[in-house]
Amino acid sequence: MSDVDEAITRVHHEEWARVVASLTRRFGDLDIAEEAAAEAFAAAVERWPADGVPPNPGAWLTTTANRRAIDRIRRESKRDDKQKEAQMSYGEPPEPLGVIDDERLRLIFTCCHPALAMETRVALTLRMIGGLTVPEIARGFLVQETAMGQRITRAKAKIKAARIPYRVPSAEDLPGRVSGVLAVLFLVFNEGYLATGPDTDPVRHELTAEAIRLTRLIRVLLPEDGEVAGLLALMLLIDARRTARVSATGELIALRDQDRGAWDTALVAEGHRLVRERLATRQPPGRYQILAAINAVHTSARDAADTDWSQVVALYDQLVRVDRSPIVALNRAIAVAELDGPEVALATIDRLSDKLSGYHAYHAARADLLRRLGRSQESRAAYDAAIELAENTAEVAYLSRRRDQLVS
Amino acid sequence: MQYLISVIDHRTGSATAEEMAAIDAFNEQLMAGGHWVFAGGLSAPSDATVIDARGDGEPIFTDGPYLESKEHMAGFWVFEAPDLDVALKLAAAASKACNRRLEVRPFL
Repeated sequence: MSDVDEAITRVHHEEWARVVASLTRRFGDLDIAEEAAAEAFAAAVERWPADGVPPNPGAWLTTTANRRAIDRIRRESKRDDKQKEAQMSYGEPPEPLGVIDDERLRLIFTCCHPALAMETRVALTLRMIGGLTVPEIARGFLVQETAMGQRITRAKAKIKAARIPYRVPSAEDLPGRVSGVLAVLFLVFNEGYLATGPDTDPVRHELTAEAIRLTRLIRVLLPEDGEVAGLLALMLLIDARRTARVSATGELIALRDQDRGAWDTALVAEGHRLVRERLATRQPPGRYQILAAINAVHTSARDAADTDWSQVVALYDQLVRVDRSPIVALNRAIAVAELDGPEVALATIDRLSDKLSGYHAYHAARADLLRRLGRSQESRAAYDAAIELAENTAEVAYLSRRRDQLVS
Repeated sequence: MQYLISVIDHRTGSATAEEMAAIDAFNEQLMAGGHWVFAGGLSAPSDATVIDARGDGEPIFTDGPYLESKEHMAGFWVFEAPDLDVALKLAAAASKACNRRLEVRPFL
């Protein structure tokens, strides 16, 4: 990659969302903003290799994109309507909110609006904030490119027709809306970390990397928010184990069997630093902060045998109080097995069957506990159920090997 | 900006006295806040008539609703609101007041 290519990639990462956000504010139209931003970056790719990278690339891009947007509005000869509309919907002065009012933050809240379907929020966020192209997003979620394009087009139309606002929510709505944004980012991360689909890589690093990058951005915009810090720490501590988690033959390696020397120490250190920073505030932690703390305990143990399981279970007890989901109860039971033995854990897990019988991890956890209790036949049936439901290729490979190792 | 708020119900004439009182109280708030445009309850879908006057001849009248469905629109509001966030907040209060699910749809 040449220096100019590198500069363009870097500027794209740093400036894309800013350009889209500033154009959305000016023209009151996400579609115009997106198209003009894309055209401005295309112009940069064309001209910078010959003309050199301008001294202020962000300003160059914004100016170019603004010109393109105005050209388009003129072409469509509806400029009066559009501009009037823009004045009406977006021309109002921002309300004093006591939070950093960055235009990108407004854009994030528009893309993650609760009136949009979750998959739409994900797609819009990756396109408008992340700057991923439609084909890239379609590949990331194994959806046809045309279907993904339509999803984004429909979303932009709804935002405009229903007038989904372009602003940072009021202080009273903010916590709920931030948690909606974090849910979108965690979903992107998880899809990268535990990619689903038979013909896909078990880990799609482009998605985990993008989720981390966007969460870092939100953290810059909302530095005081504990859950934003918690989610970032959680992602870093999970991502630190990425290369140790899948074997050369594409099989999942369980946490207890991983080569801990292969973990990314810089990511672990950053994650630990964030967790300590949150602990020092003495504010009650939300679910992401507690999950990050659990991962901090795991990543603090030099050897799996050194894991402080009582600490892990205590954190899960705390998590159960803020998140009553059966999946949390399942994970708590898995930790309990290390402390109180597989029999106690199995009794707890069996009580979750109504809610979790369609979830592969439930069967995988049962299979492991039954194996440890020497109940091979039941264990085999549970492995079969888990394999049937699992969608990640590395997980299927791991579960199949465990099943085949059972002594009958 | 105006929004149509449809009240979704599976029965007709089913509002209780308590619900009616809550709806009245909500409507007063709506007016006080400058969001009121119009509201009304509708009779049963079986009372509807479909009219088709597109052809050359006499208009055709068909007894019954244009769409047979388990749920129907039992009433509606029209809100005046600056954006969807405000409309959704009002609609949430309206849903509580009438104790029904609602659909919010913007006017063009």
